[in-house]
Amino acid sequence: MQATQHAGHAGHDDDSHSHGPTGLMRWITTTNHKDIGTMYLWFSFVMFLVGGAMSLVIRAELLSPGLQYVSPEFYNQMLTLHALIMVFGAIMPAFVGFANWMIPLMIGAPDMAFARMNNWSFWLLPPAAILLTSSIFVPGGAAGTGWTLYPPLSIQMGMGMDMAIFAVHILGMSSIMGSINIITTILNMRAPGMTLMKMPMFCWTWLVTAFLLIASMPILAGAVTMLLTDRHFGTSFFNAAGGGDPVLFQHIFWFFGHPEVYIIALPAFGVVSHVIPAFSRKHLFGYTSMVYAIAAIGLISFFVWAHHMYVTGIPLTGQLYFMYATMLIAIPTGVKVFNWVTTMWRGSLSFETPMLFALGFLVLFTIGGLTGLVLAMTAVDIQLQDTYYVVAHFHYVMVAGALFSAYAGLYFWLPKWTGHMYNEGLGKLHFWLSMIFFNIAFFPQHFLGLAGMPRRIPDYAQQFADFNQISTIGSFGFGISQLLVLVVVFKAIKGGAKAEARPWDGARGLEWTVPSPAPHHTFEDPPAFDPAEAHA
Amino acid sequence: MAHCTNRNRDRNRLRFGSMGLLIAGLLGMFSNIASAAWEFGLQDPMTATARHVYELHSLLLWVIVVIFIGVFAVVTWSIIFHRKSKGHKAADFHDNTTVEIVWTIVPTLILIAIAFPATSTLVQMRDTSQPELTIKATGYQWKWGYEYVTGDAAGVKYMSVLSTPREQIENKSPKGEHYLLEVDRPLVVPVGKKVRMLLTASDVIHTWSVPAFAVKADAVPGFLRDTWFRAEKEGTYRGQCSELCGKDHGFMPVVVEVVSVEKYAAWVADQKKEMAAAAEDPAKIWKLDELVARGEKVYAATCAACHQPTGKGLPPVFPALDGSKIVKGPKAAHLDMVLKGKAGTAMAAFGAQMSDTDIAAVVAYERNAWSNKLGEVIQPAEVKALRGK
Repeated sequence: MQATQHAGHAGHDDDSHSHGPTGLMRWITTTNHKDIGTMYLWFSFVMFLVGGAMSLVIRAELLSPGLQYVSPEFYNQMLTLHALIMVFGAIMPAFVGFANWMIPLMIGAPDMAFARMNNWSFWLLPPAAILLTSSIFVPGGAAGTGWTLYPPLSIQMGMGMDMAIFAVHILGMSSIMGSINIITTILNMRAPGMTLMKMPMFCWTWLVTAFLLIASMPILAGAVTMLLTDRHFGTSFFNAAGGGDPVLFQHIFWFFGHPEVYIIALPAFGVVSHVIPAFSRKHLFGYTSMVYAIAAIGLISFFVWAHHMYVTGIPLTGQLYFMYATMLIAIPTGVKVFNWVTTMWRGSLSFETPMLFALGFLVLFTIGGLTGLVLAMTAVDIQLQDTYYVVAHFHYVMVAGALFSAYAGLYFWLPKWTGHMYNEGLGKLHFWLSMIFFNIAFFPQHFLGLAGMPRRIPDYAQQFADFNQISTIGSFGFGISQLLVLVVVFKAIKGGAKAEARPWDGARGLEWTVPSPAPHHTFEDPPAFDPAEAHA
Repeated sequence: MAHCTNRNRDRNRLRFGSMGLLIAGLLGMFSNIASAAWEFGLQDPMTATARHVYELHSLLLWVIVVIFIGVFAVVTWSIIFHRKSKGHKAADFHDNTTVEIVWTIVPTLILIAIAFPATSTLVQMRDTSQPELTIKATGYQWKWGYEYVTGDAAGVKYMSVLSTPREQIENKSPKGEHYLLEVDRPLVVPVGKKVRMLLTASDVIHTWSVPAFAVKADAVPGFLRDTWFRAEKEGTYRGQCSELCGKDHGFMPVVVEVVSVEKYAAWVADQKKEMAAAAEDPAKIWKLDELVARGEKVYAATCAACHQPTGKGLPPVFPALDGSKIVKGPKAAHLDMVLKGKAGTAMAAFGAQMSDTDIAAVVAYERNAWSNKLGEVIQPAEVKALRGK
């Protein structure tokens, strides 16, 4: 944080951050969308390292059969916190960070609509993160239920569970405030002439995502509140003995949980829809159908929740409906992939690091999407539910889908943020190490799942030993490679070749019309929207 | 200039060096591959349903591989031939309604085609009607209880507990062939008969699963669910609990032994005989040492997972029994805790799982083991008297 601040000073000397407090108080009191975006990104990276370290504890234990390093209870706590931290602490804040930094720049707005609320939605995150991670140290440890927090198991947990519940409440508030801000900013503060259908694709994906967040986060808050009252106040929402039903929780949880998948995926689609055209030196193919596909995915995501619950005993007709609805979602998702591929077709391609990560995203996300199609078939899903096949599937979608596209965005916009070009060699090394080790870590898990290895077990039968060993080697390689990002970012903050206002010759959009690094205040007067900068 | 090329050369050397390391690592891994049994697909199907699932999965695998190759053939072509470094100039097109309609309709047709086998397999999977044998499985933290509901074996019930020794799990002795997939008493079913499984749980949600039968269904406390299978071949089939159910989720396997109809009849006769022999006189008066000896066995099978063989527990979640207030306090409160459990914790109501004699024995053991030397005897009749209250 010190270094970023330093760069902030060094990068410009004119109208910069005017007369506010300096030092730590500057960051605590800031209402500037760029400062807040920077804090979101650093927060998310720190949480990414914490959650990543937890996943390495898991993979170390799974290196070979038998219990070696941790007890089964602690193992369960690690897998729960790993998931909660990665979803709520790392991936979501990363994309909110991108949104804060880039949406005002992309639409020619001076800042976010509610600048003070923006500060508050960031500063809610650290207390939530502390609550969640410190729950390891309370009596009984953290929640050991998996991130899905299914009762009655979650009723049995110690006070670490309550801390997780409150952390989820706080994170939900933060997300809702952030979403209100993003929707208001996008709908009201676009430069004159930038109609909705000329808006950059990243703004479109975030607009839909923000609606998904507002619709789904209160549902999660409701579910965990019911858990809380079942735990402490004698209610029986999820207790059959009191007239409740444990499966009710699963319906509520996944009514939030499935849109959550797209809350993570859609902004990732947005980033890739900027990077691929820029490095293909072409317009995004099928802008209009992309917008409709995003909206369709967002809408359908609310109607497929029980495909996570095929083995809970829902009726046959319910299973059939959820199977067909889930298959339906493959169509708009397919349209998006075809559009990206056609954008590259007959372009003038170059392969700088952002493009490499976007291509990595395309390959891995497509694999994750296709295994998703396999899992959509109820009969096959029943065979594969709660096995490593599912673990492989959602890591292809989450890590490859969200993380790779976040890296594409990071390398793409780093010159705009720091004013310096990053080290291309290191960037490419980071990509190739990530790509290779990711596949070593997660591809074998498909085979483990097909052979029947359940997920969330600290120890396993001998026939699963070899693939687990490979997977652990891959995950350590992947984890260690991620430290390269830190090197790349610090180097870019400290120096390097000076970045031009438009460091990528194929990039379009208002964000490239301001100097690099972007001055502290931009677009104080609405810019004229040049159709040449339009994405459509 | 010369300086620059030197640096490049160094960099190349570094690159080749690290590449060499990577290849060596991969080779090391593949030499491992040659020596191991590598399973890349689903287990061999042993029921008609499992075979349909297997075929459906194979079909889907072909579909997704073909789609993947199709899409990335285009991407690869672009990457090779449409590069800026080769001087390729970007074309300027960004819309084509015909193409968009085609790539919406073609996937839709593929999905409709897949939906037919997917639907018929599922309908077959869920048809639990007209079973020839019905068995109830109850999930406990962390074991399965089986109860034969219909047929000759009606009334036979027992617990099925992991039989892998603790030393193997703690790496103190070499692991056996069926490490973690073996139990003391498997579920025994006749070959070729339609078996309907009724599922429930006593504490948290568990999942009963046997991959070779393509059977997987949640056992939800307070509710009954069902599923079915008709095993086509004799043999032992192994699966595991598939819903995270706490500390020992990884240690509650499902083992099904499929036997011939004759062997099954013999097994049922044995069970009946054993049941008759085990039906103890509830009025028998036990001596302390024989009670404690029996209680120690019950403790090891039922209580030690949480409260530990040392009686020290894993506080604060699983409290110590050695020196515990409840164990050293009045008998009635101790018995009540074992019979009825403690709501909101992993302490189950063991009254439903264990006989009066076993409960008397285990409570007597706890009150006389470790530092708890109370010297008390507890008779099964006392347990029986408390049950109604």
